[in-house]
Amino acid sequence: MLWVDKYRPRTLDKIIVHDEIAQNLKKLVSEQDCPHLLFYGPPGSGKKTLIMALLKQMFGPGAEKVKLENKPWKIDAGSRTIELELTTLSSTHHIELNPSDAGFQDRYIVQEIIKDMAKIRPLDAKGKKGFKVLLLNQVDKLSREAQHSLRRTMEKYSASCRLILCCNSSSRVTEAIRSRCLNVRVNAPTHEQIVKVLEFIAKKESLQLPPGFAARIASQSNRNLRRAILSFETCRVQQYPFTANQAISPLDWEQYVSEIASDIMKEQSPKRLFLVRGKLYELLVNCIPPEIILKKLLSELLKKLDFELKHEVCHWAAYYEHKMRMGQKAIFHIEAFVAKFMSIYKSFLIATFG
Amino acid sequence: MAPMALSSQPWVEKYRPKQVKDVAHQDEVVRVLTNTLETANCPHMLFYGPPGTGKTTTALAIAHQLFGPELYKSRVLELNASDDRGINVVRTKIKDFAAVAVGSGQRQGYPCPPYKIIILDEADSMTEDAQNALRRTMETYSKVTRFFFICNYISRIIEPLASRCAKFRFKPLSDEIMSSRILHICREEGLDLDSEALSTLGSIAQGDLRRAITYLQSAARLFGSSISSKDLISVSGVIPEEVVQAFLAACKSNDFDLADKEVGSIIADGYPVSQMLSQLLEVIVSANDISDEQKARICKRLGEADKCLVDGADEYLQLLNVASHTMRAFSNMPEEFQFE
Repeated sequence: MLWVDKYRPRTLDKIIVHDEIAQNLKKLVSEQDCPHLLFYGPPGSGKKTLIMALLKQMFGPGAEKVKLENKPWKIDAGSRTIELELTTLSSTHHIELNPSDAGFQDRYIVQEIIKDMAKIRPLDAKGKKGFKVLLLNQVDKLSREAQHSLRRTMEKYSASCRLILCCNSSSRVTEAIRSRCLNVRVNAPTHEQIVKVLEFIAKKESLQLPPGFAARIASQSNRNLRRAILSFETCRVQQYPFTANQAISPLDWEQYVSEIASDIMKEQSPKRLFLVRGKLYELLVNCIPPEIILKKLLSELLKKLDFELKHEVCHWAAYYEHKMRMGQKAIFHIEAFVAKFMSIYKSFLIATFG
Repeated sequence: MAPMALSSQPWVEKYRPKQVKDVAHQDEVVRVLTNTLETANCPHMLFYGPPGTGKTTTALAIAHQLFGPELYKSRVLELNASDDRGINVVRTKIKDFAAVAVGSGQRQGYPCPPYKIIILDEADSMTEDAQNALRRTMETYSKVTRFFFICNYISRIIEPLASRCAKFRFKPLSDEIMSSRILHICREEGLDLDSEALSTLGSIAQGDLRRAITYLQSAARLFGSSISSKDLISVSGVIPEEVVQAFLAACKSNDFDLADKEVGSIIADGYPVSQMLSQLLEVIVSANDISDEQKARICKRLGEADKCLVDGADEYLQLLNVASHTMRAFSNMPEEFQFE
């Protein structure tokens, strides 16, 4: 088992990083009156861990016995029926799904499935009607229409069904939904907290940590705890006992992007652009999300640039990322950014050195 | 044992005014509607205004007061955005309901006028086609049916529909009205709210009473019966003042890498960028040490970034772009790029 899963805290009491949030959640559950919740925060900050621990706190160990199902849904939408297949992860007390998987039909999923689910109310041991929890991932990817239809559904079925929403950026969740939930901001762990977690794992695994080693992993991880633990485990596999100045290998795609950046800096010509295109395709084929490529490329380029160019380049990066979101094919826009950069950089070179 | 769903309603529902005359701060609307109640005659109506000002409350209250609990089910059709409201529904469900004639006659002290009411909540999210399909329906059945449209943006209601209705604008609530409602709820729920927290609540809710009550309830759930202004800020998702100031300071320092670091930490802390933009706007517009031209440049960029965010652009890049443009405005660099 990977350390990331092995040392994932299972209960709210064992949570190290966000103990304050955990205590608040515990208080919420103990009052037996849980509002809808919206968790937001950057990746690797522990949203899912908090949610799973919360479910366990609510329902006891039953919440951990989950089964994976591929459920076909038939939805009657006026004149036609829509058939959808969606993967759900469910226990007796909760259902987890990713409604944005349904693409442009996500509106039907939200309307129908929640209504459907809310109709069947579970009974608890005393024969009283309890509630189920519906866990929706990536709500920020939901379409506007789907979010609109969520808002009334949330109020209507609040007696039998609680929603837990989970997303990266709450900017993309409409105000109407945000104002109906208790918002929980999950910030990325600080470097000190990551070091603390790494030391905790090292102690459990009885490993010797040289001083400063954990801090180096933490600073390379970009405040992403999952990534820190993964690279810690990679280091363990590569070399043990650790030495203080052991190299922490960066992810291979990041290395690849920084190679692209230095390619671009070296020569600005259509020929070089063609070469870069090949490399960009290589990254896209390996399923690296295009906006992450663009962001990484920008940060690599910014490292090498003069002050006055930085403003210009970051403006164009934002411009092309927006275009990419509006458009269909990512490669056009990344390539356009590279071409734009080349032309700016070239004219900068000409202006400076003649 | 599974936790049971207590009867603990959201306070927003619990303290929703049941009668038209209890609706706060919307005097003209209340006056017209009270008149309606006496004469039992009313036109089609269109309520518009910002969220949390009492539009839905008013519509539901008047429907209840006209028909009473017994007839309410058969006389009022309430549709909102969560129900399917495509053109099909307008052609079938709404039309069928509108076509049925009803008798009059007073019952148990309720006026019970001889018409039915169709409430279309969140009408601005209806498609244009569906709205067009309503036009003729409204006129044909105007003898037996009244329509209430409720929306936030009147510009999204097509002109032919708007011109068939009596329009009522709902104003954002003033601070005094808001505080008096909040204090009323605090008394009922046994909460202890000091005056500082009360004014904080007023400023973060910005005239939206529903939001204020929701924040109050969340804070009460998390922090118990005595609530400070810090607790309210933490549940409302408002970004602390220090963070915004640190961002501005980084922009003023004219050091790109410092600003980049600041942007990175804002993103990592999970603060929503749209919120950041609106708070920045407030700080910049009210600042004294920024010239008007600089303000204009920054605000223009803020608007563009907000639009991009709505389109789903990346938060980090947009905020970085705003930071870069702010920096250029502060150091009076030309707006055009040098090497374009």
